[in-house]
Amino acid sequence: MAEVQQGANEKRGKSKQKKMNVRVDFTPMVDMNMLLITFFMLCTTMSKPQTMEISMPAKEDLTDDQKSKVKASEAITLLLAGDDRIFYYEGQPNYEDYTSLKQSSYNADGLRAMLLKRNAAAVNEVRRLKQDKIDLKISEEEYKEKLSDIKGGKNTPTVIIKATDDASYKNLIDALDEMQICNIGKYVITDITEGDEFLIKNFDAKGTLVSDAAAQQ
Amino acid sequence: MARAKIKKKDTFIDMTAMSDVTVLLLTFFMLTSTFVKKEPVMVSTPASVSEIKIPETDILQILVDPDGKIFMSLDKQQDMRAVLEAVGNDYGIAFTPTEIHKFSLAPTFGVAIGKMKQFLALPSDKQDEILKNEGIPCDSVDNQFKVWVRHAREANRDLRIAIKADQTTPYSVIKQVMSSLQDLRENRYNLITNLKEIED
Repeated sequence: MAEVQQGANEKRGKSKQKKMNVRVDFTPMVDMNMLLITFFMLCTTMSKPQTMEISMPAKEDLTDDQKSKVKASEAITLLLAGDDRIFYYEGQPNYEDYTSLKQSSYNADGLRAMLLKRNAAAVNEVRRLKQDKIDLKISEEEYKEKLSDIKGGKNTPTVIIKATDDASYKNLIDALDEMQICNIGKYVITDITEGDEFLIKNFDAKGTLVSDAAAQQ
Repeated sequence: MARAKIKKKDTFIDMTAMSDVTVLLLTFFMLTSTFVKKEPVMVSTPASVSEIKIPETDILQILVDPDGKIFMSLDKQQDMRAVLEAVGNDYGIAFTPTEIHKFSLAPTFGVAIGKMKQFLALPSDKQDEILKNEGIPCDSVDNQFKVWVRHAREANRDLRIAIKADQTTPYSVIKQVMSSLQDLRENRYNLITNLKEIED
């Protein structure tokens, strides 16, 4: 014991040199780091933008033959008009009767409800499929394959989207969005025809355009 | 007399821990960041439920502002060079190497090819000012947009086309762009949107 104490005493006596202070002031370093963080925070985009993939038909391929291939009973034509209005008719338009054109909305109870009803079989199947995937009964690839099978299956409606020049880009995206929500695999964006523009005008005029035309003849 | 000694308080705060934290954060931001590209016009994209992410490379972005002005951007500088030379060739305009170099550094381009030489001669802050009011002509009379896209495709086979348009853009403008792309047999492209939840 004594020895140890002595040794300790000796040491204390020896270390007469000044102890160097090893503490470094980090404040400027922190300052600089904060500045850099601020810079990076302001310059970055955290969320990558989403995209929607669409494929349009090639222009030449669309002959009149193919255009009329869609069965009238399965076709739904959406007409996107200005001021966020949307109209649709099923099958062939009836130019005489303005009530054949129905007005709808972009809300959940408008267009979506109609499309979900029309596509109920496919929607239910997709729902089942999704449940299977969640339960890990099927793999990702199988899921994708089956999904496209269901979407392209028979008796699913074909949607033709026609936008007037007054419609905005948002309207188009909203309409395309509904296709995705309602699991509709067959849809196409085409140019609006004169007949369709007449339908909208006639609807606005509550059918008077037709009766006027009839009266003139 | 013994004076009561006030003990000098040590105000030194140990910043080491703080420094650690900031360095960590800094590393995180540096690694995850993708820089915002400077765009000549502000565009707010419409929302959609689509969850597909856009790839980062080989993108030809077509920017459409509410008034229908069209701008384009490519992500690779070598593509930019090739495209400018090819388009210049088509219109009989030869660009000097310095002009081509200047062009390749620009994040977005959108000037009629006739004005391109003039535009490239300006200092970059002037360029930004002017670019806002320009745009690539895309009408049936003078469809330079088509030429640009065609040469961009030639410069890079794997290019994906992405359209970024403002939600208030009238459909007539979009139709013009889409039918121009259709003429070039570019039938698959992406529409850039924001994420939105499905409300039930």
